[in-house]
Amino acid sequence: MAADARPHGGIVPSDTHAPDAHAHAGVLQHHFDSLDQQRDASTLGMWAFVAQEAMFFGGLFTAYLVYRFLYPQAFHLGSHQLNILLGGINTAVLITSSLTMAMAVWSAQTGRRKLLTSFLVLTLLLGTVFLVIKYFEYAEKFHHGLVPGYNFNQAHFPAGEGGHVQLFFCLYFAMTGMHAIHMIIGAGILLVYIPLAAKGKFTVEYAHPVELFGLYWHFVDIVWIFLFPLLYLLGRY
Amino acid sequence: MHSGFPLFPEAASTMAGQVDALYVFLVAMSAFFSLLIAASVVYCAVRYRRRSADEVGGSFHASMLLEVTWTIIPLGIVLFLFFWGARVFFLQVEPPANALELTATGKQWMWRFQHPEGQREINALHVPTGQPIKIEMIAEDVLHSLYIPAFRTKMDLVPGRYTTLWFEATKPGTYHLFCAEYCGTQHSGMVGWVTVMTPEDYEHWLAGGAQADKAPAAAGADLFASIGCNTCHVEAGGGRAPSLRGVFGKPVQLASGQTIVADASYVRRSILEPPADVVAGYQPIMPTYKGQISEENLFKLIAYVKSLGEAGGGPAAQPQAPAAPAPAAAAAAPAAAPATQGGAR
Amino acid sequence: MSAAVAARTLRPNYLNAAYGVKSWLLTKDHKRIALLYLGSVTLFFAVGAIFAGLVRIELLTPEGDFVSSDTYNRLFTMHGVVMIFFFLIPVIPAVLGNFLLPLMLGAKDLAFPKINLLSWYVYMVAGSLGVYALIQGGADTGWTFYPPFSTRFSNSPVTLVALAGFIAGFSSILTALNFIVTVHRMRAPGLSWFRLPLFVWSLYATSVIIMLATPILAITLVMLMLERALHLGIFDPTLGGDPVLFQHLFWFYSHPAVYIMILPAMGIISELVAAFSRKRVFGYSFVAFSSMAIAVLGFLVWGHHLFVSSQTAFAGTLFSVLTMLVAIPSAIKVFNWTATLYRGSVSWQTPMLYVFGFLGLFTIGGLTGVFLATMGFDIHVHDTYFVVAHFHYIMVGGTLMGYLGGLHYWWPKITGRLYPEFWGRISAILVFVGFNLTFFPQFILGYMGMPRRYHAYAPEFQVLNVLSTAGATVLGVGYLLPMIYLVWAMRYGKKAGANPWNAVGLEWETSSPPPTFNFDVAPVVDHEAYDYHRNGEGEKKVAA
Repeated sequence: MAADARPHGGIVPSDTHAPDAHAHAGVLQHHFDSLDQQRDASTLGMWAFVAQEAMFFGGLFTAYLVYRFLYPQAFHLGSHQLNILLGGINTAVLITSSLTMAMAVWSAQTGRRKLLTSFLVLTLLLGTVFLVIKYFEYAEKFHHGLVPGYNFNQAHFPAGEGGHVQLFFCLYFAMTGMHAIHMIIGAGILLVYIPLAAKGKFTVEYAHPVELFGLYWHFVDIVWIFLFPLLYLLGRY
Repeated sequence: MHSGFPLFPEAASTMAGQVDALYVFLVAMSAFFSLLIAASVVYCAVRYRRRSADEVGGSFHASMLLEVTWTIIPLGIVLFLFFWGARVFFLQVEPPANALELTATGKQWMWRFQHPEGQREINALHVPTGQPIKIEMIAEDVLHSLYIPAFRTKMDLVPGRYTTLWFEATKPGTYHLFCAEYCGTQHSGMVGWVTVMTPEDYEHWLAGGAQADKAPAAAGADLFASIGCNTCHVEAGGGRAPSLRGVFGKPVQLASGQTIVADASYVRRSILEPPADVVAGYQPIMPTYKGQISEENLFKLIAYVKSLGEAGGGPAAQPQAPAAPAPAAAAAAPAAAPATQGGAR
Repeated sequence: MSAAVAARTLRPNYLNAAYGVKSWLLTKDHKRIALLYLGSVTLFFAVGAIFAGLVRIELLTPEGDFVSSDTYNRLFTMHGVVMIFFFLIPVIPAVLGNFLLPLMLGAKDLAFPKINLLSWYVYMVAGSLGVYALIQGGADTGWTFYPPFSTRFSNSPVTLVALAGFIAGFSSILTALNFIVTVHRMRAPGLSWFRLPLFVWSLYATSVIIMLATPILAITLVMLMLERALHLGIFDPTLGGDPVLFQHLFWFYSHPAVYIMILPAMGIISELVAAFSRKRVFGYSFVAFSSMAIAVLGFLVWGHHLFVSSQTAFAGTLFSVLTMLVAIPSAIKVFNWTATLYRGSVSWQTPMLYVFGFLGLFTIGGLTGVFLATMGFDIHVHDTYFVVAHFHYIMVGGTLMGYLGGLHYWWPKITGRLYPEFWGRISAILVFVGFNLTFFPQFILGYMGMPRRYHAYAPEFQVLNVLSTAGATVLGVGYLLPMIYLVWAMRYGKKAGANPWNAVGLEWETSSPPPTFNFDVAPVVDHEAYDYHRNGEGEKKVAA
């Protein structure tokens, strides 16, 4: 994953040695000495942010593991209520969007403006498809009375297990919901970036906003790669 | 040894001396290091006070020997304290086998205790000296914590989960009983008194108790019948559900393949969440009793199941057990004297 | 007065660079943002202190006769929430750290000035929510929000308060992210890691803890709020949840949070000890690494809050031994600071008085931490006033003493003016005496068995409680004085000059107050930190 955010050897022109005298006036912020420093700083900042995000989801994963260990049977039952087809399609969609994002980063680093714009648009489209499918999944859960606290129907499940299945669905909605919020934020940023990319704001020297966004997008993708087997594939081996 | 010294709480249990010894050592150790630091600071501050405005300090600013010294010495001390503290901790959390078993429930904002002979108390607890007392506890609503400073002991009460606390009182008297875990508006009002009596006085008290309830095991047997548990759990065996005779305290083979020891938590879970741990060879047909049986009645049912367990080995565990009494039965022997007293009444 | 105004306009600095509300509310200058934070945290400190005062007045008598039980419960809860989330956690990083980190690194600003300003706005949004929750009556759950009381039983605005804590967390995350990147990427040429001032090391360690621990609190509070709003059952035993899981998740953040509060203060003490002994800090690398050791170990000890919460005895044992280990880096620091005084040129100015006070109070606070880590002992004093006294020795005796010392030390740099030394010393002594009188009796109260969060208490505890309240009044005066004379000094204090203490450090090499971009000439570093023998011109008189 790290490699996606970094320049690929050979393709990148030697922008890293651009002398400061070139003064990328519109790009270099006053408090940095050089574009290198600015780029390094924001890359490190993004990694730190991703570490923070990992801990954020880590709390949910901890709760999930504790309860799965306590109530394996109920989690099994809950998992079988999920639509594995829609979940599988969504996994494929998200992995594809990661690919298009990686291609967008490459386009930015090699200064291919039109290609960059198209790949960003593609990424946004795939992200939207993911969210739409997610919406239909949520709606299905709602109709089946599987939304915890709101209309949860314990009668679906054997006596004594309903409460624990509800716990599974609490975690399902918390984890996928938190993931979806991250997707929506990502889509929002794409909406800002696409016109900028079209206008040629991102150049070979100033590709790092796209790289950093790529890092974010891949992180959100990876979270889903964990969520899918934990929630959907439980007990279906 | 601390009586009359106002800075110490009363010491009235076998644990108090152990904890006080730790305390005295900790205070002495802290006093030594605090004074050492304070004396060094004062000495340096006076001896090396700035004498002219442009003066700078000397150049002594590193010493591996010193660093190692003041790493190793504190490390040794804290590890020593860890082992000592852990030893006392294990004494505090592991009740002796011969302990008299009481039950307690905490709810906003009162304590309820029940003795094995049936006496019930609210915000008060009577116990004899020289007899380890084990209290099985559960909270009915929010977290509480049973704290008896004179016994130097404390344990949280958690809803949905049994916890235990034990002590052996040594000195007759009346001592505070506090709730130590914040539990809402009247948290500071959730207090009571522990009355420690000589064994003779305690027997008098048991005999003359106004609230003469049935012993929990007997009350549990009544409940067992009135709820209809006995229609499936036929004691002689052959029912739709396993006989509970000789089950308590023994390993149980579950349908999932696991083996689990049938303790109070297991019995409780089996009543409230029957499908969770089904016994091997039986169908998960038992309905849940969640929300239908109060915590106090659960204690009674458990006491009954326990009495069945102590009555002798069941078919599942030890067929010849009646000849060789289970350890739990032997352990309960010291408690038998007051129990018969209560029964004769 | 007009002369003062004229003098101030002579040299451009960050204060006179622009005027007007907009120039402050939209500033990206780390120094101005530090002052915005200074104003806001002081406000919250005052609010928290008033709550503390009311609590102490109530505890003058054993009966709950001053306020009702519900009011009392809300008072101590909001005291805790405000002091921890809105004062102690942000205070040193966001005020002194914000102001000094770029100066100490020789940088023009933090790496992300806009994010820095954003963090203040996030803090203010959280703070406003907190104030709104106060107007709604305030929560009554204790700052620990333990379910199921907080989720099913409390009738107070718990969700609002938890939301305020949740948002405040993001403010510290943003600051921490900024600090980490700044330390890595914005150091002046020649300023290698082992030439960094120890305050920078401690801010770095703090930032790492904030980055990795705060998100856990955030998600835990989210689960708590959802549970309260929708009755989900994540922590509710009647629905299959586990209330003790909340305690684990909560303390996974909140124990490291203690180090978030104390580490920056330790960094300040290192700076002050060096400056007022005119000597390199003894065992520089040991002090630096002990900060990192505390940051790492701090993540592994949360379970010592759960010795009597039905956690298994094995887990308790593990957490006990790990907690014991945290004592070591703290002890190393105290010993090294003390050794720094040896053969120093020790001045007794106000900031140094705070250092002396810190050494005494933190030593007691740290040692009583060892008491609590000793499991057999903790069973007795857990959730009693012993714990209350212990963490006040760390948070007030440690963090607040460090902060006040640092504020006095850098006040000339921040404002360009000296505070009145006489009043400074008076208030430092008042704080020390008042603090001990307030909190030392609480150790004894705790051992006697007085549980914490008690509105009414047993009569035999009264004498010690009265002593404690008396101490709180002295302490209150000790806090009020600096608020008055520091503000007074901003206008009427003596002009400070670039380096009033003759201290070493990049922050003293620029004018006071510094210009907007900190340095007129970008600094290059060719020497160790605290190199007092190199500083200045000509031979120095070395203390004997």
